[in-house]
Amino acid sequence: MTGLQKLLNAAAALCGFYALVDGFTTLSPALLLAAGLVVVCGMRLSPALAAALPVVIRPQLDLVISLIAACAVLAALQDGMVGAVWGIAIAAWLHGWLAVEKTMADDADATGFNWVVSLGVPLFFGFWLLFFWEALTIGLGIPTVLLPPPSMIGARLVTSTAILMADFQQTFLKAVLAGYAIGCGSAFVVAILVDRSNFLRRGFLPIGNFISALPIIGVAPIMVMWFGFDWQSKAAVVVVMTFFPMMVNTLSGLSAASAMERDLLDTYAAGYWQTLFKLQLPAAMPFIFNALKINSTLALIGAIVAEFFGTPIVGIGFRISTEVGRMNLDMVWAEIAVAALAGSASYGALSLLERRITFWHPSYRTK
Amino acid sequence: MVIKADKLNLDFETNDGVVHALRDLDLEIGAGEFVSLIGPSGCGKTTFLRVIADLETPTGGSIAVNGQPPEQARLARAYGYVFQAPALLSWRTIARNISLPLEIMGLSSGEQQERVERMINLVGLDGFGGKFPWQLSGGMQQRASIARALAFDADLLLMDEPFGALDEIVRDHLNEQLLQLWKKTGKTICFVTHSIPEAVYLSTKIVVMSPRPGRITDVITSDLPDDRPLDIRETPKFLEIAQRVREGLREGHADD
Ligand SMILES: Nc1ncnc2c1ncn2[C@@H]1O[C@H](COP(=O)(O)OP(=O)(O)OP(=O)(O)O)[C@@H](O)[C@H]1O
Ligand SMILES: [Mg+2]
Repeated sequence: MTGLQKLLNAAAALCGFYALVDGFTTLSPALLLAAGLVVVCGMRLSPALAAALPVVIRPQLDLVISLIAACAVLAALQDGMVGAVWGIAIAAWLHGWLAVEKTMADDADATGFNWVVSLGVPLFFGFWLLFFWEALTIGLGIPTVLLPPPSMIGARLVTSTAILMADFQQTFLKAVLAGYAIGCGSAFVVAILVDRSNFLRRGFLPIGNFISALPIIGVAPIMVMWFGFDWQSKAAVVVVMTFFPMMVNTLSGLSAASAMERDLLDTYAAGYWQTLFKLQLPAAMPFIFNALKINSTLALIGAIVAEFFGTPIVGIGFRISTEVGRMNLDMVWAEIAVAALAGSASYGALSLLERRITFWHPSYRTK
Repeated sequence: MVIKADKLNLDFETNDGVVHALRDLDLEIGAGEFVSLIGPSGCGKTTFLRVIADLETPTGGSIAVNGQPPEQARLARAYGYVFQAPALLSWRTIARNISLPLEIMGLSSGEQQERVERMINLVGLDGFGGKFPWQLSGGMQQRASIARALAFDADLLLMDEPFGALDEIVRDHLNEQLLQLWKKTGKTICFVTHSIPEAVYLSTKIVVMSPRPGRITDVITSDLPDDRPLDIRETPKFLEIAQRVREGLREGHADD
C-alpha cells in the first residue's frame, strides 16, 4: 500500500473505532457489524499481515466493506444521525476511496481503454454524492423544500413517470431535437457558403455575432408571439442559440487544413467540391464536434428557459416553474434529473461519435 | 521545352521589407531532362518550383510550362509535386493517401488499387498501406508522399528535397530507383537537393543558385553516361563535376 492508502486506511479504522466506543450500546446490529469490519481492516496496516495474506489488501474487499457500511448507515438514517453513525458513514466513504485509489494504481501501467476505470470511477463519485446528500438532508433534518433527499426525488421519478415522460417528450423530443437539428444544420450550410465567399463572410459574421449576443430572456417571448405557445417557439429559441456557435466553429474548421495540404489539392487541379469533401470537411470535424457538444447543452437550457414564457401545460420548463410555486420541490428536482440525464446522454453519445470520426486527431490517436 | 523561364522575378512583400526570392532567372529545361537545383537555404529553390507549379505568381518576367502559362499546365495536371514535408492527410491510411490524386482524377477503383500497390512496393512500404501517417516514421512518411506523386504519373515531376529526411542507405536505394524510373518513363524531373553527390549522380543538368537575391550562378551540364551504377560516384569524371558544383556554391557564398 502507498502512503496515501495507509493514511486512508488508518483514518477509516479510527472512525470505526470511534463509532464502536461511542455508540456500542445504541447502534443497530448492521452498524455494529460495519464498524467491526472497519476496525478489523485497520490491521492491514501491519506489513506482516499484508505480506502473509495479500488478498486482504485487494480493492474488492474495500468496495464490499464500504458498501456494507453505506447500506447500514442508510438503513439507520430514519432514527436520526448520532456521532457514531457519522463515523461509520465517513469510514464507508474512506473505504470507497481506497477501493478506487487501489484500482487506479493497479491500472496506471495498463494501456488501452478500461471500462472499470472509465465508467466505475464516475459511478462511484455519483454514488457517494447521493449517499452524503441523503445522509446530510435526513441526518441534519434539512427541510425538503430547501433540499429533498435523493430517495424522495427517486420516489417522485417512479410515481410521476407519466408526467415526466410527457414533459420530456414535449421539451426534449420536440423542441430541443427540432431546434438543434435546424440550428446546427442551417449554421453548417451557411458556414460552407460563407467560407466560399468573402462578401458573405463580411456580412454574416457580424450578424451572427449580434444574434448570439441577444439575451434569451428577451428572445423567448418574441418567439412565442411569432410561433405560438407550442413547442415550435421553443425550437425557434434553440435555433437562435445554437446557430452562431456552430457557424463560427465550422468556419474555423473549414480553414483548419494547412496551406501545404491546400497546395497539394491545387496541384491535382481538384475542384471546389473535391477540396471540400476530401480535405476541408474532414479537417473541420474536430471543430464541428466541439460545436455540436456545446450546442447539445445550450439547446436544453434554451428550451427549458423558453418555456417559462408561455407554454401549453406540459414541458420540463413549465413543470419546474409551476411546481416551484406549489412548493413541490421533489417534482422540480425530478424534472432537473430528467433534463440532466437527457443532457449527459446526448453529450456522451456525441463524444463517442466524435472519437469514432476524429480518431486521427492528436488527442485521440492510438498507435 | 518543358519549362522556359525568362527574366523571372519574384519579390515577397513582408512586414520588414521586400524579399527578392528570385531575381532575373533564365532557365530552359527540355523534355526528358533531369535537372537538379542546388543552393544554400533560402536561395529560392522552393519558390522556383512553386512558380512552375502555379502555387506562386511571379512579379516579373515570364514562365511557360509545356509552352503554356503555369495555371493552364496545372489544370491540365501536367506535373506531380513532392513537397518538402510529407503533407499526408492524417485521416487517411497510407494507401488511401496515395490514391487521393487518383480519386480526384476519377480513375476506376480497380486501377487505383493496382497503381497504389505498385507505388507502395516501389518505395518499399509493403505492409504499411493500412497504417495511418502518424504511425510511420518521418522517412517512411516522406516515401509515402513520393509514392503519391509518382502514382499521379504526370510527365513532369517537381521534387522538393524528397530524400532530405532519409538515411543514407535508403537514399541511395531511392536514388537508383528514381534514376531507373526516369530512364524507363522519360519523365522530365526537376529536383531540389542540398547534397552535391546526389545532384551529380542524378542529373543531366545541375543548376547552382545563390541567395539574397535568389539567382542562378551556374548551370552545369553533366556528361556522365546514362547508365549510372552507384560506384560511378568514385570516378574522376564524377568528382570533377562535383568539384565544379562546389565551386559554384562557394562563389555564391562569397557574395554575402
Ligand atoms: N510566403 C513567403 N512570404 C515571404 N517570404 C517568403 C515566402 N516564401 C519564401 N520566402 C522567402 O523567400 C526566400 C526563398 O525561400 P525558399 O523557400 O524558396 O528557399 P529554399 O531555397 O527552398 O530554402 P531551403 O533550402 O531552406 O528550403 C527566403 O528568403 C524566404 O524567406
Ligand atoms: Mg525549400
